[in-house]
Amino acid sequence: MNSILSAAQPRIPVIEVSHISTRFGSAVVHDDVSLTIDKGEVFAIAGGNGCGKSVLMREMILLQQPSGGEIQIFGQNISAMREGHIAALRRRCGVLFQHGALFSSLNVVENVAVPLREHTNLSKRLIEELALLKIASTGFPMASVTKYPNELSGGMRRRAALARAMALDPELLFLDEPTSGLDPLSAAGFDELTQQLREWFRLTIVIITHDLDSLWRIADRVAVLGNGKVLGIGSMSELSTSTDPLIHEYFYGPRGRAAKEQAWNRK
Amino acid sequence: MNTVEPQQAPRPNQGARITFTPDGALCCTGAWTLDHLAVVERQIVALPKNYTGQINCDVNAINALDTGGAWLLQRTLKEFERSGCTISLNGLSNDFAKLMETVAHSWAQSEQLQPAPPPGWMARVGRFVWSYTGNVRNGLAFLGETASASFSLLGHANRIRWRVLLYNLQVDGLNALPIIGLLSFLMGIVIAYQGAEQLKIFGANIFIVDLLGISLLREIAPLLTAILVAGRSGSAYAAQIGTMTVTEELDALRSLGISPMSLLVIPRALALIIALPLLSVFADAVGVFGGMLIALSQLGVTFTEFLNRFEYAIVLRHYLIGISKTPVFATIIALVGCYQGFQVFGGVDSVGRHTTISVVQAIFLVIVTDAFFSILFSWWEI
Repeated sequence: MNSILSAAQPRIPVIEVSHISTRFGSAVVHDDVSLTIDKGEVFAIAGGNGCGKSVLMREMILLQQPSGGEIQIFGQNISAMREGHIAALRRRCGVLFQHGALFSSLNVVENVAVPLREHTNLSKRLIEELALLKIASTGFPMASVTKYPNELSGGMRRRAALARAMALDPELLFLDEPTSGLDPLSAAGFDELTQQLREWFRLTIVIITHDLDSLWRIADRVAVLGNGKVLGIGSMSELSTSTDPLIHEYFYGPRGRAAKEQAWNRK
Repeated sequence: MNTVEPQQAPRPNQGARITFTPDGALCCTGAWTLDHLAVVERQIVALPKNYTGQINCDVNAINALDTGGAWLLQRTLKEFERSGCTISLNGLSNDFAKLMETVAHSWAQSEQLQPAPPPGWMARVGRFVWSYTGNVRNGLAFLGETASASFSLLGHANRIRWRVLLYNLQVDGLNALPIIGLLSFLMGIVIAYQGAEQLKIFGANIFIVDLLGISLLREIAPLLTAILVAGRSGSAYAAQIGTMTVTEELDALRSLGISPMSLLVIPRALALIIALPLLSVFADAVGVFGGMLIALSQLGVTFTEFLNRFEYAIVLRHYLIGISKTPVFATIIALVGCYQGFQVFGGVDSVGRHTTISVVQAIFLVIVTDAFFSILFSWWEI
């Protein structure tokens, strides 16, 4: 699984989250959360519903301010950033939202062309070609590129949204529950695609997921959140030997066991 | 992918270039990334096109390449090849070669796309007519459905959703009082002002009462109220029901055995049918009061004189005619709003579109109906 991250390569941190705390009123979402994500790895954030996975991602992509602590992306502290730098940082990050968040008044090609049209002054022809290129690279069925989002199935919508997230050749890609609501076959296909895109474009991928199969299949390292803290960080095989009761429950519940067995069988 | 080191943002001054060297080699330099491609694109257009024979393309000096750059390079070389040149690509590093390969692979897939030819004018006319008749058909179906649902409620008062009805009565009736009061007050002032100028010339000051009373009670107050309610409540109905369609709430209601008709449409329509006449009466009173103030200040007609004349000059039927139109307006507004809500299909932009349509259609139909009433009443000579 770790073909890209060979031991010889130095680890360059891309995202450093240090001592983040987040509160909504009296509800504590994060209490002293720290983690580091290295260049070129697929880093997964896992945990039960409501443990603050999505909030953490929103804080990393500057949609939300943490109540305390510091997040560094590409070595820059994002809470102390000026507008211009934020815009430059956003260009280097692609985000796939949970339900795709495609613009419903635009068709698939137009959706993928939006960032290109907004941030570059290329010709119309080149923009359209690049959009088609991105769409093709996500395995989206090319016969459907002129369809509108409400005419697409869940899996197709996810791929189209991924194409839009990839439009500006980001170095850092955030995926919010990319396989939720997909059938097992589509989910496996999406995992494969994630792997492939990482190899092709040498992406750093941050993925939020509940999907234990996905975790085993594509994650280099996993952080398990719970009770507002990081319960454990490591590869899946490391975590599966963890003694933390919450992690244990997470991985050795009925579904966790099945996923693990499957992963071992594959190996 | 940006091959620039992650710690620094791409520098804007590493301009990308593509040029023919004097000895006939194609030389590409700089950062071929999205930021710089616009420049390269223009340079490519300016390249001599009638080139034949062998072209040595030297890409050794390209120091950054992303998919956009890779594609542009590939496309350019392909175009040269198509015009009969043979290309030899020199100096492509391993990383860039891999990227070029990926791009070529993706493009091969995207080329399978054959865009459908745009429809001819016959097809367009046909589609337009079909969608238009479809709208009419759907509208009639909705009207029929509402009618049958209301008939089945006749004599079953306990099946009416009273809570919803009362809630809508408050939101669409009571809460509309301030805005309707203010606007009809201003309307009364405007009419009285305009009338006063003319009446003063003839010394027919007292006839301000006739002018104001008949125009307000018979036409303006009901129409103004209906238009305001169409904009305020009709649009809200369309947006509420439309959003419920998008979020599958309507399907949930149906699957729970609750008819959207009886929960959403009938109570709203009934609430408006009750509220609109009442609002119209309120608008009558406030509008006439506004006129009275102007009559006093501009024409010296005191309140007592005004009201005495009012009693004598304004026959009750003007008031009744005005009020009698409002339940019809209310039905139109409620049904158009709800109907457009049910017509929402697909995504959020559809909600916005149908909300707009609901307001335009409701106001249009209200005014047409009002004109129709005028013709009808003049036939009956009342």
